[in-house]
Amino acid sequence: MHSLLESLIEIIRRTSAEIPDDVHQAILKSLENEKKGTIAASALNIIERNIELAKRKSQPICQDTGSVLFYVDAPIGLDQVAFEETAREAVKQATKKGYLRQNSVDSLTGKNDGTNCGPGAPTLHFHQHRGSELRVRLVLKGGGCENVGAQYSLPDEGLGANRDLDGCRRVILDAVLQAQGKGCGPGILGVCIGGDRATGFEWSKTQFLRRLEDVNPVPELAALEQEIVKTANDLGIGPMGFGGSTTLLGCKICAVNRVPASYFVSVSYMCWAYRRQGATLDADGRIAGWLY
Amino acid sequence: MTLLSTPITEETIRSLRVGDEVALTGIVFTGRDAIHKYLHEGGALPPGVSLKGGVIYHCGPVVIKDASGAWKVVAAGPTTSTREEPYQWQIIRDHGVRGVIGKGGMGPKTQQACKEYGCVYLHAVGGAAQVLAECVQKVRDVYFLEKFGSPEAIWELEVVKFPAVVTIDAHGRSLHEEVFKASASALSRHVQPVAH
Repeated sequence: MHSLLESLIEIIRRTSAEIPDDVHQAILKSLENEKKGTIAASALNIIERNIELAKRKSQPICQDTGSVLFYVDAPIGLDQVAFEETAREAVKQATKKGYLRQNSVDSLTGKNDGTNCGPGAPTLHFHQHRGSELRVRLVLKGGGCENVGAQYSLPDEGLGANRDLDGCRRVILDAVLQAQGKGCGPGILGVCIGGDRATGFEWSKTQFLRRLEDVNPVPELAALEQEIVKTANDLGIGPMGFGGSTTLLGCKICAVNRVPASYFVSVSYMCWAYRRQGATLDADGRIAGWLY
Repeated sequence: MTLLSTPITEETIRSLRVGDEVALTGIVFTGRDAIHKYLHEGGALPPGVSLKGGVIYHCGPVVIKDASGAWKVVAAGPTTSTREEPYQWQIIRDHGVRGVIGKGGMGPKTQQACKEYGCVYLHAVGGAAQVLAECVQKVRDVYFLEKFGSPEAIWELEVVKFPAVVTIDAHGRSLHEEVFKASASALSRHVQPVAH
């Protein structure tokens, strides 16, 4: 695995500087839908220029290079300790190169040592599988959109949300309303129905690994995803909350089991600057192919 | 598109209306969470920094040193402004700030301060770090770099034709308030009323 460090730095660079194609297509489509001459269209034009510029200059799409979240699907036998050490080194080097901002702060002292490494940073999720392929996916999630995420405990009387899919729909739409443009919309929602307070949010974020154009294999969830996007776009919040017809570019929902006493709906919001990339690595740790 | 240049007069500020697109040229000072809290608690601005007629930019840029040792801004989009809502009104009042650039809008205290003291909130496109960094011609100086760390430091930036939209004006209007109300009303048409 002597090429692992180099490959992880490249995955970080590409994630930070290049928007994945599925998201880019959705942004281009939304640009067609906004009325010309409006401030919403103007914002989307700037977004489009920004995407092109970041890619060409190989520099961060957004200065908030976010929480660094690795998702590693590994064959049995991968040395996870060594992988994590290499990932931390890759994060440090990517920060020096300016692919990542010095973005990790000690929560007690407020000190920022400039390395992006510390307790809980970066975050690595390992999943073993019985195949031979090593897949590394990375999500860089900015703080603005993270701050507008929300977790609801159903029933929620104020919102008229019972423990059913209509209740889920109500709270998810409430999250969109409350977020307005603050999460840098048009946004994408990752939602988890069920789980506990920690795993609910964790699962909601794994929805960001899905392609925007995919179809949920669970028919009820597929229908809910579509309905949320349609209704959200009828609210007129628009890009940046300027008003307009594009509030959401997508919504991805999963359901996991819960205990009988709890019914959480966890909503994570991803900004338009949707930084998600991944690659399969060969036995030497070289990039064998890109996943998005 | 209205062209603005710093320092900005109160008269110019009061001529702006919600929805106006502007392009700002001149000097902006970045300031975010740590600086706002510091000033609110009575901290002094460093020597050489004056916000009178000036513009605060809610931004934590990515800045690196180039080969010659000069600072270079490589990404510089706005950060979420609402976190400064408890402090902003006071800084507008005490320091004569005429423009606040950020994203996501601000609340009633800032709205009131804009009206009372003659200031506008300028919404830049969140996430557009490259387009906005291209508008930064030069890093003139940096303050509190050791104390607060790079994203939270005060960066004194020379900008040219920095694009933004007036979303809170000096006449008491806020686009954020208006869009929130309209979208809440639209949502009420999509969900059955709650029975009480």
